[in-house]
Amino acid sequence: MRTIAQINKKIKQKEVVVVTAEEVIDLVKKKGLKKTTEEVDVVTTGTFGPMCSSGAYFNIGHSKPKIKLGGGICKLNDVPAYAAFAAVDIYLGAAALPDDDPRNKVYPGEFKYGGAHVIEELVAGKDIRLEATTYGTDCYPRKRLETWINIKDLNEAVLFNMRNAYQNYNVAVNLSDRMIYTYMGALKPNLGNANYCSAGQLSPLLKDPFYRTIGIGTRIFLGGGVGYIIWHGTQHNPVAPRKENGIPCRGAGTLAVIGDLKQMQAEWLRGTSMLGYGVSLTVGIGVPIPVLDEEVLRYAAISDEEIFAPVVDYSVDYPQATGKVLGEVSYAQLKSGFIEIMGKKVPTGGLSSYAKAREIAEELKSWIRQGKFFLTEPVAPLPGVESGYTCKLLRERPCS
Amino acid sequence: MISKRIVLHFPHRLVDQPIVYRLVKDYDLNFNILKASVTPQEEGLMVLELSGEEENFKQGIAYLERSGVKIQLLSEDIVRRDEKCTHCGVCVPICPAGAFSIDPQSRKVVFHDDKCIACEICIKICPAHAMEVYF
Repeated sequence: MRTIAQINKKIKQKEVVVVTAEEVIDLVKKKGLKKTTEEVDVVTTGTFGPMCSSGAYFNIGHSKPKIKLGGGICKLNDVPAYAAFAAVDIYLGAAALPDDDPRNKVYPGEFKYGGAHVIEELVAGKDIRLEATTYGTDCYPRKRLETWINIKDLNEAVLFNMRNAYQNYNVAVNLSDRMIYTYMGALKPNLGNANYCSAGQLSPLLKDPFYRTIGIGTRIFLGGGVGYIIWHGTQHNPVAPRKENGIPCRGAGTLAVIGDLKQMQAEWLRGTSMLGYGVSLTVGIGVPIPVLDEEVLRYAAISDEEIFAPVVDYSVDYPQATGKVLGEVSYAQLKSGFIEIMGKKVPTGGLSSYAKAREIAEELKSWIRQGKFFLTEPVAPLPGVESGYTCKLLRERPCS
Repeated sequence: MISKRIVLHFPHRLVDQPIVYRLVKDYDLNFNILKASVTPQEEGLMVLELSGEEENFKQGIAYLERSGVKIQLLSEDIVRRDEKCTHCGVCVPICPAGAFSIDPQSRKVVFHDDKCIACEICIKICPAHAMEVYF
C-alpha cells in the first residue's frame, strides 16, 4: 500500500509522518492497526549497547620516504592495529589491548584502555600517537615511523563492524557461589543479579523480525552519523526459536555495518571497559522501518510484554556451551527491575542503554522529518528463516 | 536527630589520637565506620556515618575541625561524571547500598549519593568510567 519511493517523496516535501518504535506501540493501541498504517510512514528504532565485533580502518597517507606497514607492527596509543594490508592501510579492532596491559593477571583485570577508546578519542578529534616498525623494501625503504595522527588528516577513516545490533540476547545470571566477571557485567553469586542487553521494543531487528524492510544497502543512523548495512553480521542465525508472534526468543539475526567515521560523534561511539573481561565499543545504531503495509506495522508495534529473552547461567552453561536455558522472561519484566528465576526474586541490570536508544530513535526521526535522511530500498535481503542459514559451534579436529 | 556520611582526613600528628572515642564520650554521637585507612608517614582517612542530636553533632564537628581534622561530605568525594554516564544501568543491582536506581519514565540512572557507603565497587564496574572517587 506504500512504497519507499512514495515515502521519500513525502520526506522531500516535508510531509512525512515519523514516529519512534516506542511511540508507535501506544498509537496502534489507541487508533488500531489499519488507521495507524494509513497515517504513519516511518517507524524509527534505536539501540546503544556494547558491540565487541566493531572496529575501524584507516588509510594514514604515505610518508616521505615511504613505509610499508603491511607485514610490520603498528600501534595507535600503544594499542596494536592490524597491519596486514598494503602500505598504509590498517584496521583497529574495538577489543584490542596494549601489549603491556596486565589482562586478567591481577583478577579481575580493569581493561581501562583499548581499541574502542582509541576510536572514541579519534572521533572526538584528539591526536593519536602512531608507532610502527616494519621491514624495508626497494619501493618502501623506511622501517620506523612515529607520528601524531588526527582524523581530519587521514585519507579514510571508516567504521566497519562485522557484528552489531543482535536481534535479542541472553539474560546472564550466575548460579555458582562466587562472583564472576563476564562480558555481561559482574554477576553476583547464587542468582545475585540478572543482566540483559537489548533495547527490546526499540531494538531494530526485533521490530522487523523477518527482515522484510531491513536488508543489504539499508541506510541507517550509525555512531551519530549516517551508515549502511552491508551484510548480515557474523553469527547471523535467523532459524533461532521464535514465539508464536514471530519474534525470536534467542539471539538471532545480526548486522554488519559501515560508515564514514569522520562524520560520526564520540557521544555515540564509546570506549567501554568490562571488569575482568576486556574492552568493547558501545555503538549507537538506529534503523528506519518504512511502513509498507499493515504487516510491517504490526511487527513494528510489538511491545516489551511480547518480547522474551532466555535466562542463561554464565558460571557453567555459557562457558561450557551446554545450550541450557533456565527460562524465559519478557523485556517488560526485565525493565520492572526484578525477575523471578527458580523461585527467587532477582534484581536486573542493563548493559544496553534504553535512554540512549530512545534518543537515537528521536534523532533519526528528526533527520527524516527535516528532509536530511532518505530511506533506501534493500539491494538484497538478509538471509531469512527459509534460507536455512544458521550459526554453528566449532567442530574441532585435533591436529595431532 | 541528624545523620550524615562524612569523610575525615587526619594529619600525621593525629593518627594516634582517639578522636572517634571523644565524639562518643564528649558529644554523645553515634558512629558507623564505613571505611578506614592509615598510611604510615602519611595521613589517616576515615569514612563515618555520624549521627546524634543536632546541637551535639554541630559541637562534635567543631571539635574535629579544632583538632585539625579535615571534614568533607561523602557525597563530595564519590561523584558521577554525568557527561560520561550512558545510563546502561549495570551499576543498579551491583551496588550493595542501593545507591543507583532507574527512573521509570526517563529510563535514566539516578545516583542517590546520600545512600553511598564508599565501597567503590561502582568505580571499577562502570563500563564508561563515569564514577570517580576523590578521597
